[in-house]
Amino acid sequence: MQNKKIIAGVTAIGLALLSIPAFAQSIDESVNQMFSSATGWFVSFIFSPFPGTSFPWIVGWLVVAATIFTFYFFFIQFRAFPHSISLVKGDYSDPDDAGEVSHFQALATALSGTVGLGNIAGVAVAVGIGGPGATFWMILAGLMGMASKFTECTLGVKYRNEYEDGTVSGGPMYYLTKGFAERGLPGGRFLAILFSVFCILGALGGGNMFQANQAHQQISGILGGYPGWITGVIFALVVFAVIVGGLKSIARVTEKVVPFMGVMYVAAALIIILVNANKIGWAFGQIFTGAFTGLGVAGGMVGALIQGFKRAAFSNEAGVGSAAIAHSAVRTKEPITEGFVSLLEPFIDTVVICTMTALVIIITGQLTIDPTTGNYITEGGRIVTASGASGVGLTSAAFESAIGWFPYVLAIAVVLFAFSTMISWSYYGLKAWTYLFGEGKNKEITFKVIFCIFVVIGAAANLGPVIDFSDAAIFAMAVVNIVGLYCLMPIVKRELKSYLERLDSGAIKKFK
Amino acid sequence: MSEKYIVACDGSSASERALDFAVANAKSTGASILVAHVLEWSPYSFLTPEELEERHKRRAEELDRAQKAVVDKIVKSVSDQGVKVDSVIKYGHVAETLADIAKQEGATQMFIGRTGHSGIAARVFGSVAVTLAQIAPVPCTLVP
Repeated sequence: MQNKKIIAGVTAIGLALLSIPAFAQSIDESVNQMFSSATGWFVSFIFSPFPGTSFPWIVGWLVVAATIFTFYFFFIQFRAFPHSISLVKGDYSDPDDAGEVSHFQALATALSGTVGLGNIAGVAVAVGIGGPGATFWMILAGLMGMASKFTECTLGVKYRNEYEDGTVSGGPMYYLTKGFAERGLPGGRFLAILFSVFCILGALGGGNMFQANQAHQQISGILGGYPGWITGVIFALVVFAVIVGGLKSIARVTEKVVPFMGVMYVAAALIIILVNANKIGWAFGQIFTGAFTGLGVAGGMVGALIQGFKRAAFSNEAGVGSAAIAHSAVRTKEPITEGFVSLLEPFIDTVVICTMTALVIIITGQLTIDPTTGNYITEGGRIVTASGASGVGLTSAAFESAIGWFPYVLAIAVVLFAFSTMISWSYYGLKAWTYLFGEGKNKEITFKVIFCIFVVIGAAANLGPVIDFSDAAIFAMAVVNIVGLYCLMPIVKRELKSYLERLDSGAIKKFK
Repeated sequence: MSEKYIVACDGSSASERALDFAVANAKSTGASILVAHVLEWSPYSFLTPEELEERHKRRAEELDRAQKAVVDKIVKSVSDQGVKVDSVIKYGHVAETLADIAKQEGATQMFIGRTGHSGIAARVFGSVAVTLAQIAPVPCTLVP
């Protein structure tokens, strides 16, 4: 009954708004202007290049971290891969713990927070600017990112707070304070506060505005152009109903449909790739050549590399610290097992799903090539696309060229992915918020209302400023989190050594 | 060795019939009864971040409720009839978990009530009774 009222109300407001398009359009413009002038300084700081180069320091920061973790744990992402899968299958779960959060559930929830528009729209942005070569760097970043994720999620479980009523809270805020104290290092509390601030911004940016923005682009692409803030208001009301009104049913439906959509997306991509099987060799040729020469894209090889790394990090969030919050609720006596499980996340997200998107865009010939030079034709830093679209529109055009009706499915997928990512990030943001301001009903509601307002802003603003701010905020989280990971990685190594020894000796038994 | 009967109880009228039948048998054979209550649970279901956070707490609440609302009453009524009785509450796939309990507890027989649905739903999704008929490790009596 209540739902019906909400829907009726929303429809009425929507219709009223549609009747005044000129006014509505000007709201979009002023929101956009205000937003880009307010966030510009922060964005330019995060993406400032190393002096004398065009290479943003933040991209170097993430890559160096992933490389260090990969070597420090001696390629844990490959060594532990089979063990990770048997953990997710529940082979090592004590049947007496049935009814508690399983490894699978923690992974699925964390994945539904990360699999989202980064995989569909973000990848399109990457290959649209960096060319096919960006795909190579994206996959590499995904593989390396597995080690970062392993480190942060192990710490997330090890230093979580378990309260008397049985609920748990975990994440970088907690391992930064408790872990630093345990090692006798100063500054843990300061880093935790800094992380929380950036986490709130990241939740409002990449976890919210970017999602609302791209969902609007997708819907308006099908229904015809209309002002973004209308989509924003509708989305905001639904999000409000879930996170404030406690309409768990909506969230539960999304949680169930999202994995299904993910599988369907990969299946559709595979079909398109198989139908064009004769071009697979060529596509990989473009990816490898592009990775080292750029094939005419702006910035050449470095341009492709920056785009690949940026979008991989944005998509799988390895090193960002968000996953550590999601994974920390699992029931396990061994924190390291959740680290093993979490390393599957960048693999599924980036190495599998993102690569599918990139291959479909490349194989369906969306990126125009100059026939005389074999290089991509660029205009204003972007590759000219067959349909003229960028972002999620490019992915949609690529799928449409092979399966005519797929944009409709994609639109539903985009909206659901956007929604589930928003729900996850509203939770991450809330955890950071309560860490800063303390628990309490009013304090929580304040954050949730702010979160809903940003849905509207995100849908109304242009892609440019939104994506810049989203990236900047999420990468700022990584700056703080990775400092913490460097300081705490010896603890993870100790856990790893002890666990592997017990696994070899048979002290850790399989139950199945 | 004395016999041990497992009775699947969920508080439904079907499970009460199974219990009555098992108790009547137990009186004549001197068997003890193990009241088994299984809460349907899949480790492969999907939860929201809030649900993950609260899961441990909710589980404790669910167990407590099952104990008080279902199991305690049954245990008392059986014990009042002079039959030795024990109880167990577990999470999992209902039929598989009942079979596991039978193995672990060294039960000699199982009793389960059936609701008698023969509709499409039972054919598509299967039923606890049918699955147990296939996987029960000890003789299993279906009580209509």
